Amino acid sequence: MSLMEKQNFFDSKAVDGLDRVDGRLKVTGAARYSAEFPIPKLTYGVLVTSTVAGGKIQSIDAKKAEHAPGVLAVISHFNAPQIPGYSEGSNPAKGQTTKGQPLRVFSDDTIYFYGQPVALVVADTLERAQFAAGLVQAQYQKASFQTDFDTNVTAADFPSQAKNRNSNGDYLRGEADAYKNAPVKIEAEYVIPTEVHNPMELQSIIAVWDTADKVTVYDKTQSLKGAQGTIAQAFKIPVENVQVVATYVGGAFGNALRTWPHEIAAVMAAQKVGRPVKVVISREQMFTMVGYRPYTWQKVGLGATADGKLVGISHEAISQTSTYEEFTEGTVNVSKFLYACPNVNTRYKILPLNVSTPTWMRGPGEASGAFALDCAMDELAYQLNLDPIELRLRNHADTDPERNLPWSSKYLKECYQEAADRIGWFKRNPKPRSMKTEDGMLIGYGMGTGSFSAGRSAATASIQMSADGTYTIQCATTDIGPGTATAMVQIASDVLQVPVEKIKFQLGNSSFPKAPSQGGSSTVSTVGSAVTAVCISLKNKLGELAIGQGEAASVKPADLTFANGQISSKDQSIKIAYADVLKKHSLPNLEVTEESKSGEERRKYSFYSFSVHFVEVNVHPATGQVKVKRVVSCADAGKIINHKTAGSQVIGGAIGGIGMALMEEAVIDNRFGRYVNNNLADYHVPVHADIPAIDAVFIDKKDPYINPMGSKGVGEISLIGMAAAVANAVFHATGKRVRDLPITPDKLV
Amino acid sequence: MEKDQCSVPDENLNENSGSSRRDFLKKSTFLSAIALTPVSLVTAAEKEMDEKLAAVFEKVPLKLEINGVKHALSVEPRVTLLDLLREQLQLTGTKKGCDHGQCGACTVHVNGKRQNSCLTLAVMHDGKKVTTIEGLANGADLHPMQEAFIKHDGFQCGYCTPGQIMSAVACIREGHANSETEIREYMSGNICRCGAYPNIVNAITEVKNGGQKV
Ligand code: FES
Ligand code: FES
Repeated sequence: MSLMEKQNFFDSKAVDGLDRVDGRLKVTGAARYSAEFPIPKLTYGVLVTSTVAGGKIQSIDAKKAEHAPGVLAVISHFNAPQIPGYSEGSNPAKGQTTKGQPLRVFSDDTIYFYGQPVALVVADTLERAQFAAGLVQAQYQKASFQTDFDTNVTAADFPSQAKNRNSNGDYLRGEADAYKNAPVKIEAEYVIPTEVHNPMELQSIIAVWDTADKVTVYDKTQSLKGAQGTIAQAFKIPVENVQVVATYVGGAFGNALRTWPHEIAAVMAAQKVGRPVKVVISREQMFTMVGYRPYTWQKVGLGATADGKLVGISHEAISQTSTYEEFTEGTVNVSKFLYACPNVNTRYKILPLNVSTPTWMRGPGEASGAFALDCAMDELAYQLNLDPIELRLRNHADTDPERNLPWSSKYLKECYQEAADRIGWFKRNPKPRSMKTEDGMLIGYGMGTGSFSAGRSAATASIQMSADGTYTIQCATTDIGPGTATAMVQIASDVLQVPVEKIKFQLGNSSFPKAPSQGGSSTVSTVGSAVTAVCISLKNKLGELAIGQGEAASVKPADLTFANGQISSKDQSIKIAYADVLKKHSLPNLEVTEESKSGEERRKYSFYSFSVHFVEVNVHPATGQVKVKRVVSCADAGKIINHKTAGSQVIGGAIGGIGMALMEEAVIDNRFGRYVNNNLADYHVPVHADIPAIDAVFIDKKDPYINPMGSKGVGEISLIGMAAAVANAVFHATGKRVRDLPITPDKLV
Repeated sequence: MEKDQCSVPDENLNENSGSSRRDFLKKSTFLSAIALTPVSLVTAAEKEMDEKLAAVFEKVPLKLEINGVKHALSVEPRVTLLDLLREQLQLTGTKKGCDHGQCGACTVHVNGKRQNSCLTLAVMHDGKKVTTIEGLANGADLHPMQEAFIKHDGFQCGYCTPGQIMSAVACIREGHANSETEIREYMSGNICRCGAYPNIVNAITEVKNGGQKV
């Protein structure tokens, strides 16, 4: 490890801003996503879904479909092969749910929600499968169902796991509801509607049984090992008999962290028809089959002294979940640590409805929570007649108030300063509805803060060096878009001191060394550490070989320097290129595998990334149309490995936040329990015309404790706090405080 | 085999008469145990000859020039241009994001004009020239727009990228790339959920200002 300490990451700017190593494949259409593998004898599966939101399947008339051209099977619970993992009562397709079980596809006649898969039609061409799917007729015994959050909200309860604790999961620091007795206070309710990840790539899987107990899946997933384990468990086959391939993932934002019913259905169908089966779910099905950000109601109470010192924070949230499974997330967490405050209490409940199970969506619960908290902070600032930044500075948490630990690093103040300067914050007139453009548009400025845990878990990487001086690193991680391979190549290049062109980083295959899911902004931290470790290990090995048995044997490993692909010793008795070390020992290649994980530092420090978003909006005074004119997002994400790709991630997160603030809402018709806008024309996401230039800025200072690179995460903080910034800007422009997202024009006129 | 009957898509027969030739053959295989069906028909059904025959009659000839390569195809009329490219010709660079003309991931050029390939049937383009993302580069030399997308990091996951690039090239050719605002307007049919928009606009602006032939 002595070498590790000597590492000085990215002090040279040489490789920063490297173009994506897979860029060429992506711009030429050669990058292969999961539905795109040419597989002989491929068949196509199309899912038929329920047209009621509750009840029982009475019958499924599949005759017409079965006799339609090219149809190989119509699978429903009436004829589906048993999934051995289901009948055993184990929990395949497990997510991090506290109670209940994932939907067991085609296992019984119960309907839990509208759009639930009830049959899978398999045919020899896509068109034939689609046509036949339309011929399947299901009859239901309808039962009453509930999808309306407001009318059912009294049924909300603590998550089962929380109920096992005395506190019911409630958090209390100091005194409860202390805000109520504070000299200045605000209390407000906020609503986030159901939002759908809607990555551009539809969820897809090709399942191929290689032998009776060996299966390969080309699967859209953020978790190779997760999918591998789930499929193995469901079909009762050894884990190593399941191979999961996800070379490219067309976005996911959290919806590919779990293994969903359509994936199990495809594997089951391939087994049944004895041929490979491809299932690509439709855009409509993306709304009910692969999770979403849950509809969430929140109430925040803030109390402060007259000079703006927080006295109390109370934060309560209720989120929807399904009736068959409890989904929970960290919605109220942000209130526990973001600001210094002696009295904090939080409460989190869930409300089961006849909907599918939600899942983490970028920023996850923290993004919902930060929307409420940072809008409330803005409301409090206006109440106090204090600049919103000043209020935050007066309540800056110098240490983590929740865990009573020092931060590993925190440059939030620098973020405020940098971003405020760039957008011209202090030049604005803070009075609401006081600024106008020449053509009469209302101008508004707003800001919001984001923070998310900077994680690091265990990962393993292998490296193979060839005698020709090229290096191949493998790790079972994925790349849903951030540019994982690019960052890893840079890290390896920096540690090995060899040019990036010589290094290949391979991911997306479950047979590579173990890595966790790509989620929670932790891939660079976790996988980057494993890459560092394996490169150091390779250098050590090369060093040993270079020292060898001969004359140089007296040289100590610590006296070796590795630079420009060469090993040299202080006394100059050794001076040899890495590749020549292999040649000298007649080795065709050299291979090393290393695991790396976090350690003691996790108990000594609190690890978080921080961000600040500033937004300028124009609002049409008559129509209420909001246009985002400028965005400055500044992140304290530790050392930035690649400013270009990390910048893109920040820009992308900000755009996600704009969608959240102004457009996104999956609307259910409660009479039928059905989404009415389940397509990309009616579920609005930001398009080119909605998005201005976005200034992504990094503090770019190493975190001294988190990992050898000093890098924290970017993915979540780039979105967390953004919706609040937009909402606060709309308030500044119009004087109207809209507390239920999205802020559509009707709410402003 | 009467010609007019075979030219009617089988599914219509199923719908209208409740039983079709092929339906009969399928059932016949189950009856073969009691040998009421002529042997030849049973054999035909067992070898899936019925499917193969029908497949032939349900298809129509189609000539397309795709990325400079001439194809003489035989496709069902209901096959979209997108599914033809992706599922039958292994040209998977063109993406499916919605299948409803709402996202632009499937954008290709048909006779030089941009077209959502999910929103058009392949047979409607007989005799036309189609360019997909695979055909944009000149051999190993990338198209300037592809280069610019790499340089400006105009993508993250890369799934919307082929559509964005095909649209971007057409946007310049159409004369709709004269300002950033105009680019944003004329690129709004191409959704990027990763949010690469500002970088894409920078890439297009650079290519436009560079004056290279697109
Ligand atoms: S797939 Fe054609 S527009 Fe979306
Ligand atoms: S790059 Fe992922 S959708 Fe555009």
